[in-house]
Formats: sequence, structure tokens, C-alpha cells
Amino acid sequence: MAGRHGRNKLVFTALAWVLALLVFFPLLWTLLTSFKTEGEAVAIPPKFLFFDWTLENYAEVWERTDYLRHLRNSIIISLGSTLIGLAVAIPAAWAMAFSPTRSTRTVLLWMLSTRMLPAVGVLVPVYLLFKQAGLLDSRSGLVLILMLTNLPIMVWMLYTYFREIPREILEAARMDGATPLRELAYVLAPMALPGIASTLLLNVILAWNESFWTLNLTAASTGPLTAFIASFSAPEGLFYARLSAASMLAIAPIVVLGWLSQKQLVRGLTFGAVK
Amino acid sequence: MSSIHSRATARLALSPAVILLLAWMAIPLAMTLWYSFHDYQLLIPRGNEFVGWENYAYFLTDPAFLHALVNTLALVGGVLLITVAAGIGLALLLDQPIYGRGIVRVLVVSPFFVMPTVSALVWKNMFMNPVNGLLAWLAQLLGMPAIDWLAQAPLLSLVIIVAWGWLPFATLILLTALQSLDAEQKEAAQMDGAGALARFRHITLPHLARPTAVVILIQTIFLLSIFAEILVTTNGGPGTQSTNLAFLVYSQALLRFDVGSASAGGAVAVVLANILALLLMRLVGRNLDA
Repeated sequence: MAGRHGRNKLVFTALAWVLALLVFFPLLWTLLTSFKTEGEAVAIPPKFLFFDWTLENYAEVWERTDYLRHLRNSIIISLGSTLIGLAVAIPAAWAMAFSPTRSTRTVLLWMLSTRMLPAVGVLVPVYLLFKQAGLLDSRSGLVLILMLTNLPIMVWMLYTYFREIPREILEAARMDGATPLRELAYVLAPMALPGIASTLLLNVILAWNESFWTLNLTAASTGPLTAFIASFSAPEGLFYARLSAASMLAIAPIVVLGWLSQKQLVRGLTFGAVK
Repeated sequence: MSSIHSRATARLALSPAVILLLAWMAIPLAMTLWYSFHDYQLLIPRGNEFVGWENYAYFLTDPAFLHALVNTLALVGGVLLITVAAGIGLALLLDQPIYGRGIVRVLVVSPFFVMPTVSALVWKNMFMNPVNGLLAWLAQLLGMPAIDWLAQAPLLSLVIIVAWGWLPFATLILLTALQSLDAEQKEAAQMDGAGALARFRHITLPHLARPTAVVILIQTIFLLSIFAEILVTTNGGPGTQSTNLAFLVYSQALLRFDVGSASAGGAVAVVLANILALLLMRLVGRNLDA
């Protein structure tokens, strides 16, 4: 019996690793290519490990392109939209979790429905409004839009976290005569922080990768990394190695953050329906 | 006393979010509707006059619309088929006791965090290129002619690219659901003499029904607006072979500057998405009080 289980475990392990590496392979291949020379990058048959490893492509992307500017834009846009969104979402989620009324459920579902509005349905007016307000190709414009599109997700995520905070603790603190400010500082904040941190993480990831508004509302100077990479689709010449290095630089920070947020991702993107 | 006081505070705390989302939903949507009934060309200053349903008639009878509609559904359907089927398989496998499950999970989940422009360009150049791509090399190894993926099968190519990005999502959600399946329940069934197959059919499979539905509906919402992948690979072509609704509206608005008919297209997209959204709301809403 134990032997059969052991063998099953080995078979499953082998199968799982093969499939996982297959799924991961495009990223691995991009990583490898980023260390090749352009000649080796397009070599047929392809070179898997035995080539002259070089950091030249990274140096080139770092120095000769606007990578750093776009990186800064990505950081400002994703963090900015998330932080402002949290400032709006935390009180809202808090109110609904701790002072629910008859309309709370309706409000939550309505918020969810705004997220389902296809972006393309409001592309024209947003573009024209932005044009008029001088927000086209501006970071603040994108901060605003991404904050609005992610706000429902933030409220929902926070709501599902806040609901797990036992109300008895809150009531006990009130009985002990804690002022609302003390209640916030000593009772609520410590218990709410993990949920807030998770929400922050997931929404930074979503904003970082958002590729409808960031591509449609920016031009060269204020585009985040999504737009920077899109500029590599221009057909003049194929630079696989440099594209790979730029791609790795664009995704590496967020993929690592993503690894840390797997669980929150499930909760956040299913609006709490799967935990 | 205090409850009335706290209720007022709660309303105050809730209002910024509600007002922002209300404005975000109502203003642009109202404008889309308004434009959709007017003749409005960005480059040709005309009277911007009311034209009734003309824009809708123009947009809906454009052969490109029918293509785009079919392509949209094919993209959504194709990606769903791959991600759900492969996702269930992978989730069941990763739920088994295996060595290094943490690392396997990390590998499988990674593509989800790759921005669409990167994944599309990586696939387009390094895999699907008919000369230098890995797939061309594989075909050559197997003695088959190389395929110019994005020219010969643009829609299928996009399905593959997008499915690669969404497979982790389906897998992760189904895996999470599997892991929440009560181990005691499974053990009890085993004690009662239920075989592995019976346990799978009567316990695991029904347990996966709901998360699978959630995966389908949430992915549908995102997949309806696939855009960046098309922009950097096929640009909707050849012809309109890989143009979906989102891309069609984009090209009407920002390439042809036809605000009126782009708005009509936008309104059509909203209606279609709403039909699907209603289904999701029901599903998620039922779980709200659980």
C-alpha cells in the first residue's frame, strides 16, 4: 500500500513538473534569449544553454532606451492609482462591513457591475473629455482612470477581509470607553492591515499590467511599461535579444510580487466568491 | 443614539466611493449614448446633428461588425475552452501530494502576471515567427511545413497567446476550491468504501461546478475586451480576420475619428457585456451571505 502511494507520488510529481515547465517555458525562453547576442537569439537550431552569455542587451535597454522613464511612469501610475483608491475604498468597505444596512448588498453588487462595463463602451467620451481637460498623455489622467476601474475590486476585497474581523472585539473596546480614534489605532488598524496590504498588492499588479487605457491614452512621454513594450512591435528589424531583455525588465518586479499574492489574487478577482 | 450616529458616519464613509463610481458610470455612458445618435466626425467639423439610429445602422450593417462579433465570441469561447479544460486537469494534478508543489505552483501561476504586450510580442516573435520562431523549428523537426501563425491562423494564434495568460487564473481558482474541499468528507467516503472514481464523480466534480462557473464568467468579462494582444500582433488583420468588438470600436474612434459610429459600437458592446454580466451577478450574489 505504502509502495503504491510512493510510486503514485513520483508519477504525479514527474507529470506536474513537466507540465509546469511547459507552461513556464515562454518566460524561461525569454529569460535565456535576453542573455544572447542578436545572432544567437535567432539561430536555428535554437541554442538552449550553450551560447555566449552576455549582459549587453540589458545594458543597451538600460542606457539607450527610455526604459527608466517608463519604469518611473509605471510605478507612479500603479502606486498612485492604488493608494488613492484605497483611501476611498477603505472607509466604504469598512462602513459596509461593520454597519451594514438593507441596501449594502445592492450597493456592493452595483459596484461590481461598474467593473463589468467594457472599457471600449466609454473609450470615446473618456478620450474626448481627456483631450478637453488636457489629460491626454498625462500620468494623472491614468491614475484617475485606473483608480476608478479598480475601485470596485478594492472595495470588494477589503469588504471580504473586514467581515472576518470579529465584531465582538470592536464592541468590547467600545464598552471599555475607547474613543473612535483609539479604537482605530489600537484595535482596528492592526487587524485590518493584512487585508489592506493584500488589496494594495493585487491592485498594484492589476494597474501595472493594465493595457487598454495605458495604450490608448498615452503617447511617448508618459506611457508606462506596457506602452514602452508595445513600441517594440514596430516592424523595423527584429531584435529578439533586446526585446527579451526589455520584457524581463518590464515584468520581473511584478511577477515576483505576483508570486507573493497568489491567494489574494483568487479572493480579489473572484470578488470573494472563491477563497 | 450611538447607532444612529454610527449609521450617519457609515453613510458618510461610503459616499465618496459611491459618488465616484456613479459619476464614472453615468457620465461617459450618457455621453456614449448621446454621441451614438449624432453625426460627429472629429476631423470634419460639421453640424454634429441628430441622426437617430443612423450610426447604429451603419455600424451594425458594416460587414466588419459581423466579423468582429464572430471573432469576439470565438476568442472568448476558444480561450475558455482551453483554460477551463486544462485548468481542471492541472488543478486536479496539483492537488495531489507531489514533491516541490510550491515551486510547481509558482511556475504555473507566473504567466498571469505578464503584461499583455510582453506576452503577445514574445509569442509573436520568438514562437510564432515563421522563420525564426521555435514553433517553426519544431515543425521542421517533425518534417512539417512551417506555419506563418499570425498570417494564416490569426485568431487561433491569439487564442493561444491569451489562453496562456489566463490558464494560471483558472488553475489557481480551481486549485483553491479543491483545497477547500473538506478532507474529512473525502475520508468518510473512502471509509464507506467509495472508490477513487466514485469519490471523484460524486464529491470532487460537483464541488468544482461553482468555481468553474465563476472562472468562466469572470474570464468572459476580461476576454470580451481583449485589446493589447491584437494591437501588437495582428492589428486586427489580415483584413478583419482578427478584429474583435473592442478593436473595431477603437479603430473607428481613434483611427477613423468617427465618433458617432464608434459610440454606437461602444453602446452595442455594453449591451452585450451586460447580458453576460447579469449571469455573473446572480452567481456571485448568491454567495454574498454565505
